[in-house]
Parts: sequence; structure tokens; C-alpha cells
Amino acid sequence: MNKRDGEGCSKQADASVNLSSPIIAAFKVFQQELDTKHDKYERLVKISRDVTIESKRTIFLLHRVTSVPDTEAILNEADAKLDLVRQKIGLIADELRGEDIYQFHRAITPGVQEYVEAVSFQHFIRHRSLISLEEINARLVFARTEKADPAAPAEAPPGTYVLTFQVTPSDYLLGVADLTGELMRLCISSVGNGDIDTPFQLSQFLRQIHDGFSYIGNTGPYEVSKKLHTLRQSLGKVEDACYALRVRGSEIPKHMLADVFTTRNAIMDPEEGVV
Amino acid sequence: MSVTEMFSYIQGFLSADQDVREDIRKVVQSLEQTAREILTVLQSVHQPTGFKEIPGKCAKARELFNAVRTHLSELKTKFPVEQYYRFHEHWRFVLQRLTFLSAFVVYLESETLVTREEAAKILGIEVVREKGFHLDVEDYLAGVLIMASELSRLAVNSVTAGDYTRPIRISNFINDLDSGFRLLNLKNDPLRKRYDGLKYDVKKIEEVVYDLSIRGLAKEGEGEAPEAKTGGD
Repeated sequence: MNKRDGEGCSKQADASVNLSSPIIAAFKVFQQELDTKHDKYERLVKISRDVTIESKRTIFLLHRVTSVPDTEAILNEADAKLDLVRQKIGLIADELRGEDIYQFHRAITPGVQEYVEAVSFQHFIRHRSLISLEEINARLVFARTEKADPAAPAEAPPGTYVLTFQVTPSDYLLGVADLTGELMRLCISSVGNGDIDTPFQLSQFLRQIHDGFSYIGNTGPYEVSKKLHTLRQSLGKVEDACYALRVRGSEIPKHMLADVFTTRNAIMDPEEGVV
Repeated sequence: MSVTEMFSYIQGFLSADQDVREDIRKVVQSLEQTAREILTVLQSVHQPTGFKEIPGKCAKARELFNAVRTHLSELKTKFPVEQYYRFHEHWRFVLQRLTFLSAFVVYLESETLVTREEAAKILGIEVVREKGFHLDVEDYLAGVLIMASELSRLAVNSVTAGDYTRPIRISNFINDLDSGFRLLNLKNDPLRKRYDGLKYDVKKIEEVVYDLSIRGLAKEGEGEAPEAKTGGD
């Protein structure tokens, strides 16, 4: 059989290969092309991770509205944080300029979904409504200046252009599905803090979202089916909360309402000393 | 916009998306059928009688590529040109197979590696994304790797059919290819996995060459490539 081991044969092969052969020349070009694409993909993954982290932090911040009197302060701080996230999304838009965005979609979709979750969460707390895809995309418009062209005359102002980043309907859908989990937590914690209006608003809102998802069924991306299951659980918990409020709310002092839910719900951490 | 209106809008979008994919699937099915026909024609070169008929089979295959060009022109019309990668998964497999088939034809005709430009021309598509429906470089490379496996099989069957010089030339060619692929920095993706199979093709062909040389069956000076470094000695 073949006496040469793998290493020996590759050395011999390289020695006799004409290093300027057309095949080698062609593959050098492929190498560059692939490297460029992979590098861009990695840069986008990194930015997307930053977007995810900052969006998650914004969501944690927003949850505090149930336990502090000044919700406006929290909302303003969230605005500032989300502006930073949008700047990062601007960097994504820079990388994707002139590219087919779907070639890199998998790199950025986690971050985009998290951003949708954060921005729609804030929108609900402020307006008690669902932010539309259009409204989200309207804020993802970035102005840029062309780099100064050394060949251009010195007096000519650098050109400006506008970059947009469009969240796709399917990323929007997945972000909203995740939003419902946060809304469920918001509901539980607001009851625990004596707020008996929010749960009923949330219940109605979540039901509408749930109905929307049922309408879409399995025509959406496959992840939606998994999230729909979680959504149903969230909706169930919220509806249980409203039931308990109706039935038991009148007979229990507000600051003890939380106890009603510690027995019924797994995740509970009511603030003490509120009311 | 109310929640209901928003979901209504999204549903409309998803429904339209599904329709486009359905259209694409139909054309891809025709493409796959034609690819199978071309493969049937070319497979027959492995038979002992097939070797003499290689030019004829290549001509027949090239004729069938006309149908491929027609189907691909139709495919282009099914979706907006700037959304190639949105639907790329639907035709990735068949495009790789078609690249393999065009590479195989070109090898049988001229014993050279079809360039990406030539492959795209045979298929009637572009090389550069900005110009339109194009052949992605990774799909081209995957097709080349599929051909490498086919050539290792051809080396074996050449010997069986009594052609003792062809395997030497295939060996040179595959080693060139291998050197080329070594230049690439591949990620842990399907292309990488397929490339990992190349070393088995290289090994198989080397064993054929070795078997020929120790029996003194490999002749000097025949074939277009310089005398290969053969196993053993």
C-alpha cells in the first residue's frame, strides 16, 4: 500500500506544484474574498452582541418603573440608553452598506430582536400601545458624511448621505414575542407593588398580541411556534393575576396583594415597604 | 396602528413571502430534474465503453445546459434581484450540483479546472453579486469538491477500463486543487466539512497511481501533464 504518510505526501505535492499555476492564482483570489466576507460577518456579530447587551440592560432598567414613583426619570434614562443602541445599529448599517443584508442576517438577528423587545417595552410603558414596525424603522435613519476625498478640491464640502437600517417583519415579530415575557413580569411586579390598574391593561394588551400570533399561525418563522408556547404561559399567568385581583383584591390590603401571587407564581420578588 | 392592524400587515407580508418561495421551489424542481439528466449522461463515462465516447457525452451535456440557462433565467424573475441571499437556501444545493456538472464537463473536455467565470457562463448567470443573480464563491467551491470525488472514482474506473495514464493526470490535477484549497481560511461550516473529504479523494487517487507504478503500468510521457511524482519507488 501507500508507504508515504500524509505529511510526506503533502510536502512532495507542494514541491512539484507550480506555485504560479492558474489554479493557485484563482484560489488566492477566493481566499481574499472569503476572508473579507468572514471578517465582515465577525464584525457584525460583535456589534450585534453589544446591541443585545445594551438592550437587555435597558429592559432591566425599565422594569424599575413599578417600584419607583418617578417613572419619567426612568423613561428618560432608557431613552438615552436606546440612543446608544441605535448608534450601534448605525454601525451595523455602515457595515451593510452596499451589501445584501440577508447574507449577514444571521449575524445580527439576535441583537435586532433584543432591540425590538427593548424599544417596544419602553413604548408600552409610555403609551400603553404596541409600537409599529414603521415607527421602529423611522428611528433607524443615520446621517453620514463621506470621507474627505483627497482628489477633490479643498473647498468642496464632503458629501453627506443617509443610511437606513430596516428591521424585517420577522425580526419584529420575534422581538414582540419576547416582549410578552417582559410584560408578564411587569404585570406580576406591578401587582406586588399595589398597582391594580396595570394588570388589567396588560391582560387586554397581551390577549390582543396572542390573538395576533394565533392569526399568523405557522406562516411565520419557525421560532415563532416555540415562542407562542411561552406566550400562552405568560398570558395565563397574567390572567390568573387579574382573576386573583378581582376575587381577592377587595378583601386584601394592597401591600399584601403580593402574597396572593407568591403562592401561585414561580418568579416573585415583591418590593417591601411600598405603599 | 392597533395591535390587530399590525399583525394583519405582518401576516400579509409573510403570506406574500410564502408565495414567492413556492414559485421559486417550482423552478428549482425543474432545475434539479435537468441536473439529474446531465448527471445521467456524464455518469456513463465511468463504464469501460464510455471512455471513447467522452467527447460525445460532453456535447450532449452542453446541450442540456441550455435548458439549465432557461430555467435560471426564469428563476431570476421570481424575486427582487437585491434579495438573492434571502432565498439563496432554495437553490444553493442545485447550484452546487450544476457547478459540479459544468466542472466535470470541462475537465473531461480539457483536463483543466473550470474557472468561476466559465462555470457561471455555462449556467448563464453572473459572477459578481452586484451584476445580478450570481454564483456564490462558496457554492462554486463546493461544486469543485464534488467533482474531486467524481474524479477519484474516474481514476479507479480508468484503470479498470485499461487507461493507465489518465489516473496520473487526475492525480496531478487533484494535488493542484488540494494546494489551492489549502490557501483558504475556512470557517467550521458545511464547506469546511466538504473540504475535509478532499483528503480521502487525494489518498484514493494516490493509491491508484501507486498500484500502477509498482506494476510498471504507468507509462512515461503520455498525457498533457508532466510526469507525476508517483507513490512507492
